[in-house]
Amino acid sequence: MLQIEGLSIHYGVIPAVKKLNIEVKQGEVVTLIGANGSGKTTTLRGISGITRAKEGKILFQGKDITKMEAHQIVAMGISQVPEGRGVFPDLKVIENLYMGAYLRRDKKQIQRDVEEVFHLFPRLEERKEQVAGTLSGGEQQMLAMGRALMSKPKLLLLDEPSMGLAPIIVKEIFKIVKRINEEGTTVLLVEQNANMALSVAHRGYVLETGEIVEQGTVTELQNNDKIRKIYLGIH
Amino acid sequence: MLSQQIINGITIGAIYALIALGYTMVYGILKIVNFAHGDIFMMGTFFGLFILKYFNAPFFLAFILSALFTALLGMVVERLAYRPLRFTDRIVPLISAMGVSIFLVNLAQLVWGTETHPFPKVFPIKTYTFNGMTISSIQILILVLSVILMIGLHLFVTKTRIGTAMRATSMSITNAKLMGINTNFIIAITFAVGSALAAAAGILVGIYYDAVYPTMGYTAGLKAFTAAVLGGIGNIPGAMAGGLLLGITENLGAAYISSQYRDAIAFIILIVVLMVKPTGIFGKKEINKV
Repeated sequence: MLQIEGLSIHYGVIPAVKKLNIEVKQGEVVTLIGANGSGKTTTLRGISGITRAKEGKILFQGKDITKMEAHQIVAMGISQVPEGRGVFPDLKVIENLYMGAYLRRDKKQIQRDVEEVFHLFPRLEERKEQVAGTLSGGEQQMLAMGRALMSKPKLLLLDEPSMGLAPIIVKEIFKIVKRINEEGTTVLLVEQNANMALSVAHRGYVLETGEIVEQGTVTELQNNDKIRKIYLGIH
Repeated sequence: MLSQQIINGITIGAIYALIALGYTMVYGILKIVNFAHGDIFMMGTFFGLFILKYFNAPFFLAFILSALFTALLGMVVERLAYRPLRFTDRIVPLISAMGVSIFLVNLAQLVWGTETHPFPKVFPIKTYTFNGMTISSIQILILVLSVILMIGLHLFVTKTRIGTAMRATSMSITNAKLMGINTNFIIAITFAVGSALAAAAGILVGIYYDAVYPTMGYTAGLKAFTAAVLGGIGNIPGAMAGGLLLGITENLGAAYISSQYRDAIAFIILIVVLMVKPTGIFGKKEINKV
């Protein structure tokens, strides 16, 4: 579904990611794990068209999207939940969800999908008239995910959904990631929390200073000594 | 008389508010001060004058046409003078704005001359007196039209899909793009709406003061910018409130202190408000997380 071929992205003269090759197949959850500053977020921003690639190609369903504008990429069916959630703080919860459906015109279906998001995250329904800035971190994460789903994405990009959240909320969020995937959305998940990420993913890539150093199925990664030591904290 | 001064103040304040909205909307999204906005207001006035004088168009048609032309002008200015500088330091578009301002004044002088033009008499002037207070038909026109425009803008921004996208874009351009919002289009619309409101203000000023000249955008622009800052720049209800507050206090000051200090009073209010509440009346404290 998504093929990244030799992608390099620079900030000024500093390379943030170097010659990445990543593939995400239809129906998978693929995770990108790595420490702070390893280039995970840059990769997602590159896919979404927020940050421009210096070299390489990004193909989505066989189409080259490398040079497309961010809003056109959303229209292709890729939706990103940005790092730090990125909800619109002064818009109501419901308005945030409508913004997720910005490109859609099927009002009735949008209404049904709002109900579906509320079904997935009942706490959002209780707070739908509240402005998003007043929600807790966990609720904001749920809103950001619900909002991304409102565009009916084929591929959902999640940037560190566990960031800054209590462990119990993190578990809840990951359960929902799994459910979203089971309901048919392909997911590319960026995480520092490798344990959680590998618990929902099918395959993974490990990034270090902008380069892929390991890749494989979840079982392969979980049995890799180096990954066990550095990312999973198992000795 | 106090109530008379307040009525006069509200009239001019409503005009400041209409112009202030353009400053505040553009600032809200791009965090730049469009210092050419006063001159866009001036161009709008001339468009109105031109359409009324040479085409003998009915008043409301001229009103709408000049708003449309001015909206177009605002979009052209954004496209040529600001968009290429989107990713530069914030000071750069400011200089570009000054360039546009000078260009527009000179363009107006070239086309319409440097002299002051009377505004076509399109609106019957009547005055109504009650309780010793006079209000003219023009003042009523100004108040009614500005209220309609402000309610319209409020509904547009809060109830429509594009308006909500505009607010989302002003909170974060990047996150708005991730929703599939074409932010360049939203920014262009913002300039268009702000410029159309300035044109409306311009025609009303033309009728009210019966004097149209190429440098008229300078003071009006500064005052409206003051109103926007007073209300909390970036905040739409703030611009409306700031405009009214400025108009009223300025008139009271002119009546009870000295009319020669009219313009000084505006800036004294600005300085005082900014000392007490630096973000303006409706402004929110900006939290910079590290």
